[in-house]
Amino acid sequence: MGDLALAVVVLSGFVVALVAPTVTRHRHNAAGWLIALLPLALTLYFVAQLPRLARGEVLTFAAPWVAELGLAFSLRADGLGVLFALLISGIGTLIVIYAGGYLHGNPFLGRFYAWLLVFMASMLGVALADNLIVLFVFWELTSLSSYILIGFEHESASARAAALQAMLVTGAGGLAMLAGLLLLGQVSGSLELSALLTQGDALRASPLYPAALLLVLLGAFSKSAQFPFHFWLPNAMQAPTPVSAYLHSATMVKAGVYLLARLNPALGGTDLWLYAVGGIGAATMLLGGYLALTQTDLKRLLAYSTVSALGTLTMLIGLGTSLALKAMVVFVLAHALYKGALFLIAGAVDHATGTRDVTQLGGLARAMPITASAAVLAALAMAGVPPLFGFIAKELIYEVGLELGVWWISAIVASALFTVFIASTIALGVFFGQTRHTPKHAHEAPSSLWLGPVVLAGLSLLIGSAPELVSAILIAPTVAAISGKPVAVKLALWHGVTPALLLSLATVLVGIGLFFARDALRRLLAPLRWSGAEQTYALALDGLNALARGQTRVLQNGYLRRYLMTIVLATVGLTGAVLLNQPIWNQLSNLPWETIWQDARFYELGLAVLIVLATIAAVVSPSRLGAVAALGVVGYSISLIFLAFGAPDLAMTQFTIESLSVLLFVLVFYHLPRFTRLSTSRARVRDAVIAALAGGLMTLFVLLAVGVQFQPSISDYFLENALPLAHGRNVVNVILVDFRGLDTLGEITVLGIAALGAYALLKLRREKIE
Amino acid sequence: MEIVLAFVVGGLYAAAIYLLLRRSLIKLLIGLVLLSHAANLLIFTAAGLTRAQPPIVGDKAAPLATVVADPLPQALILTAIVISFGVTAFALVLAYRAHKIVGVDDLDRLTSTDT
Repeated sequence: MGDLALAVVVLSGFVVALVAPTVTRHRHNAAGWLIALLPLALTLYFVAQLPRLARGEVLTFAAPWVAELGLAFSLRADGLGVLFALLISGIGTLIVIYAGGYLHGNPFLGRFYAWLLVFMASMLGVALADNLIVLFVFWELTSLSSYILIGFEHESASARAAALQAMLVTGAGGLAMLAGLLLLGQVSGSLELSALLTQGDALRASPLYPAALLLVLLGAFSKSAQFPFHFWLPNAMQAPTPVSAYLHSATMVKAGVYLLARLNPALGGTDLWLYAVGGIGAATMLLGGYLALTQTDLKRLLAYSTVSALGTLTMLIGLGTSLALKAMVVFVLAHALYKGALFLIAGAVDHATGTRDVTQLGGLARAMPITASAAVLAALAMAGVPPLFGFIAKELIYEVGLELGVWWISAIVASALFTVFIASTIALGVFFGQTRHTPKHAHEAPSSLWLGPVVLAGLSLLIGSAPELVSAILIAPTVAAISGKPVAVKLALWHGVTPALLLSLATVLVGIGLFFARDALRRLLAPLRWSGAEQTYALALDGLNALARGQTRVLQNGYLRRYLMTIVLATVGLTGAVLLNQPIWNQLSNLPWETIWQDARFYELGLAVLIVLATIAAVVSPSRLGAVAALGVVGYSISLIFLAFGAPDLAMTQFTIESLSVLLFVLVFYHLPRFTRLSTSRARVRDAVIAALAGGLMTLFVLLAVGVQFQPSISDYFLENALPLAHGRNVVNVILVDFRGLDTLGEITVLGIAALGAYALLKLRREKIE
Repeated sequence: MEIVLAFVVGGLYAAAIYLLLRRSLIKLLIGLVLLSHAANLLIFTAAGLTRAQPPIVGDKAAPLATVVADPLPQALILTAIVISFGVTAFALVLAYRAHKIVGVDDLDRLTSTDT
């Protein structure tokens, strides 16, 4: 079992999600503050666990799940897991409060909270799962809740399209990841991460390693919006801002990064890992930053910068040096703090002014002083200016680049330039300079809207000024979990005048310079915008839809006869093919062909001929009454056949039913039109061939069945026991009403329903139809 | 006699399927009836024909002493006859109603319920 509290913590979100709509309905104004108590409690729980983790302890929980398959619901909280859990619950607290103000008055706020909590619980599950299948289930639940939250404004077609796009991209990646995780389990013999991570050497030596790695990477890259899957993230900005800040910046999009970091001890350290993870990460870092330059919508601007940051994180994991892993952990925390704050600020600005277009905004600092202070702090952290925590992260990343050579450091500096540009656009462009006219008169946001940014930006400042607060207790256990061995971490604000510091200074100055040339820059870059990946996605989706439409048109064409033809031809083809492979000709030649005429009596042969002739008449008769009369002849002849071969009950039933049927046919046909010739001669010949094939197959079946010696039939049982058990002499009747009485009840029910249906059809009031 | 009836069954099936493939609603109904005849006769023949006594147990006589026809396929067919009558009756009324409302007998023109 282990630490039961861990399981309670992970699953509590699902439980509270059930009551969130009720709470919101009764206490709409205070709902955010009330519901935020849950993530707040979770945050405190995780903070309380930090000293144990710093001592190298790990919390675990396991309960049997699908014991037959050897699956356990197992959780494991080490430094890496708890760092993410803290981000999820801590930022979650602020987001829940923020959403109460941001969506105030929205009738669907309760539903929103329910899904937000489902997401929070699922994301905690991803970060704390030990079993790979448990991890996968929670992973898919985050995709599902993300789908619903992006499409929260469900009346907007673009929101629905963006939700679907995010779902398809991350869902497809998730399936690939499942295959990769199962391969890993196959090779290592265990689906538990704790066991898997100790088998790194065996995994890397396995011939399945490249396949498993690439499949897992597909999942991680699509989730974390890495090139070429980056396009879904900016589109996901259709979601309400709390969702963008929470899912699409601070937590869910980091799930892929989390998975890579988690699997680093087992899969990392190879050339394939370095080039695939490091290379794609670097490409995403540059592409995201570059694409951000031309954005004018605050949220899309931040989204592209998030893509770039996710690329940086992925690149650092791919590089895998101990310095790079340390930089990655510090950057995860720094980025979550400043980017979360900036997203919330973007939402507050939108809320206060009615627009998110940076070209329409300016000089808001006077109207929104609290929000502006938080924005300045967060932007300084983003740009990497001391004494904020972002500065420490950027210094570390620069050191990684300087260690590796001129290409890496150039790429890192280029992306840092883009980052400074984006930070200046938000802090300087929106809050300072000339005041612009906005759709709404700008005013300071309510406390629920500025609380989150202020807390997050304040933390950036606090941790930046005193990094020893987190270095030993949070950063060190996390780096240890990622590198697979204990490490000591010392963070400091001031390292003396180093090349990294000089580069930092230059980056900030040039970045701000770029900001002042922003109009020229946008004009220059506007024709160079690239959306190839998204176009490929659109083409693939259109292709899939066209395929589905085409296939549906062929299979579900709406013509009864096409369906019938498919059924008949498939039956004839498949059973025919099987029959031809059997020694059927021997069996057929063993039948008593010579004695046919001696065996049969003349009236039986006469009945057989009559049936065939009447059937032909029913098919070709030009008149409706003629066809019905022929049909009657067929039925009565069959009842005489029954009589000839020891089945008087059948004969009686057939006779009665046939009379009724003929009566009904005559009644109904009187109201139906005369026969008309509708099909062409060609169609008739085609149908005749198909029908003859089917008839031939059935004849073959009967001939083969006659020669078969059956197992002892249960008929003997019925014959012996009809009188003693059921007190009836007519065994057929006894079977129907006694031995198989329940079947007969079913039969009567069918008749009853048919009768009710027919009655309803006949009695349906005509005026209603006309 | 099984051999003769095997060909009768084949003929019934061929006729039924040919009629089911027609565009006319009325022919479809006739095909439906022929199809149930074909199926009943198939079971009856494939189970083995005998000209023995019907499966009715005598008063005191031991039932095993005399050879009687197999009661099991008869029970199956009896059920099938009744069910197929139910289906036919419902289909007939449905066709009648559809024709009254839509006014066509051609399945290809029965594309919607309102005309």
